[in-house]
Amino acid sequence: MMVTYLQAINQAMAEEMARDENVMLMGEDVGVMGGAFKVSEGLQDRFGKLRVVDMPIAESLIIGAGVGLAVQGMRPILEMQFIDFISCGFDQIVNQAATLRYRHGGQTSCPIVIRGPSGAGVHGGLYHSQNPESWFFSVPGLKIVAPATAYDAKGLLKSAVRDDDPVLYFEHKFLYRRIKEDIPDEEYLVPLGQAALRAEGTDLTVITYGATVHPAVQAARDLAGEISVEVIDLRSLAPLDWNAISASVRKTGKALIVHEARLTGGIGAEIAARIGQELFEDLDGPVMRLASADTHNAFAAPLEAWILPDLHKITEAIRKLARY
Amino acid sequence: MNEQTERDLYYRMVLVREFEGRVSALDKQGKLAGGVYSGRGQEAASIGVCHGLRVDDWIFPLHRDMGAVLAKGADPNRLMAQIFGRRDGFSKGKDSYLHGGDLPHGIFGATSMLGSTLPVATGMAYKFRMKNEDRVAVAFFGEGASSRGDVHEAMNFAGVHKLPVIYVCENNFYAYSTPNELQFAVENVADRAAGYGFKGEVASGNDLHAVLQAMQKATDRARRGEGPTFIELKTYRYHGHSEHDRAAYRTDEELVTWESRDPIELWEHYLDKRKYDLQAIKAETLARAQQVVADAVAFAEASPEPEGPEAMDDLYATPIPGGSPA
Ligand SMILES: Cc1ncc(C[n+]2csc(CCOP(=O)(O)OP(=O)(O)O)c2C)c(N)n1
Repeated sequence: MMVTYLQAINQAMAEEMARDENVMLMGEDVGVMGGAFKVSEGLQDRFGKLRVVDMPIAESLIIGAGVGLAVQGMRPILEMQFIDFISCGFDQIVNQAATLRYRHGGQTSCPIVIRGPSGAGVHGGLYHSQNPESWFFSVPGLKIVAPATAYDAKGLLKSAVRDDDPVLYFEHKFLYRRIKEDIPDEEYLVPLGQAALRAEGTDLTVITYGATVHPAVQAARDLAGEISVEVIDLRSLAPLDWNAISASVRKTGKALIVHEARLTGGIGAEIAARIGQELFEDLDGPVMRLASADTHNAFAAPLEAWILPDLHKITEAIRKLARY
Repeated sequence: MNEQTERDLYYRMVLVREFEGRVSALDKQGKLAGGVYSGRGQEAASIGVCHGLRVDDWIFPLHRDMGAVLAKGADPNRLMAQIFGRRDGFSKGKDSYLHGGDLPHGIFGATSMLGSTLPVATGMAYKFRMKNEDRVAVAFFGEGASSRGDVHEAMNFAGVHKLPVIYVCENNFYAYSTPNELQFAVENVADRAAGYGFKGEVASGNDLHAVLQAMQKATDRARRGEGPTFIELKTYRYHGHSEHDRAAYRTDEELVTWESRDPIELWEHYLDKRKYDLQAIKAETLARAQQVVADAVAFAEASPEPEGPEAMDDLYATPIPGGSPA
């Protein structure tokens, strides 16, 4: 069936709520309105007001309440209307949800999913464009996923709901309606922690996730015949599929990491360091990174375009790395 | 109030309505990127709150307070350039709408994190108190934002130290689609002020007289060192939450009822009762407001877009060598 990335997320929630009565959704305007982006459209009609809950504007409460519900065996999906507002619930995530199991010596788990629209490219300005994955990347106890396709958006969310740990699920708002894909009618899951190979190649590896997967694949296609590019879509950032990364980099000898989140302190920094340390002898060039500029997500079109990685910048970076 | 003041207040409300109306129209024409949050219907609240403030007092507007920004003295041309994301906007294109602020006029730039300016306003008021300055800080927020912890934390501290800060809650009954009964269990948000140890007042936000009166009392109290006031203004936004929202969660009847209490029409009614020449005032005011708006649009359209590398400007007071922490 043909679905958009957004519909895939809606289906995942609907299927999981139908499968397990302990799955529920809480967030601002998720019920009557079906969400600011219509991601939860129809769910309150189908599952009722007790399970699809319109919450006050209080992200700290939404997340903390989710933890309380989880300890009682519920499996709440907690929506941030825009993912930027996850900052307002930061303490509940890093000190409450992430440590819950550890501090109780394994007596309990924290099966919550925190999801919401992240990412730039829609002139959202400083507070409606952020990619907060690196804020959480160094926090133990959290899992982080970032789907690039409708297929993965559905399969990863279903896995996240069934996972017993807190999962941060960063959906990309730029992809919501821009991607339409044929996905299976029958139920499927995409396991957390497994990358996907989006293009096969032998000259160099592009490691990416989220919205930048698409221009990376396009660049690989455009360069075919000139440079043979392998593209790995990480899908999960924690746990990270190191096996997929290392196998590919061993094969090609060159790695370029591309992501939309800022360069400094980004996920790419960690991956680059690990490649440098563990695969040094396999490398034929420097490990390179391409990411958003180290500034805020500015509003005006020329500023935003300058900040973000795009097809042109990816193509140039691939060419540069290939020359080594 | 003398005639001049009454006519000036009228002009200000009309200017806000024309300004916001034009912004909505530009948005519909696809000429603006980003969200547009119209405060149409809430003009008396914006104008009334700012009317008695001095340039050295401060306001902390929320996303719907374009009117307050204009009333506090922001240059309409620069404000329009800000909305267009142009270089002459207060944030030079870094963000749009009310995120720029106009500091020389005592207008703090909003962020999108609802309620998060209340602690800032409170800190500012602490400084006024500490240095014995008879200035006030006025923080606007919606009834929806009142659910956030930051809001509670700020008011609690202001109560403890009797700070010269005024918390203005514009209660328009919906936070996006969420009605008040899902937001809080008290009837008036202002009822909560008691819990912080200061006075809460409820007034009609559509009645300019009521707003002016409530603010007068609150600013007097603040300047006399008697501490904060919570003012809740009951009002209504005619448009959806943003221009993309068709507001299907509310009824047409409800809208019609509120439109019959339109703040600008109520004021016209009042001017009429004062036996001024209302028709002449209306025509003259509208023409004047429309000219200001037309000039602002022309100014904004002529203002250059920022260039890409300017994205690195204004990040630090003392630039980091190489332009990034890396
Ligand atoms: C912390 C935070 N959470 C969520 C949002 C998304 N959001 C923007 S405006 C809004 C509704 C605001 O309602 P209210 O505070 O009553 O002000 P109004 O828009 O009604 O004037 C929401 C949920 C946000 N901006 N900030």
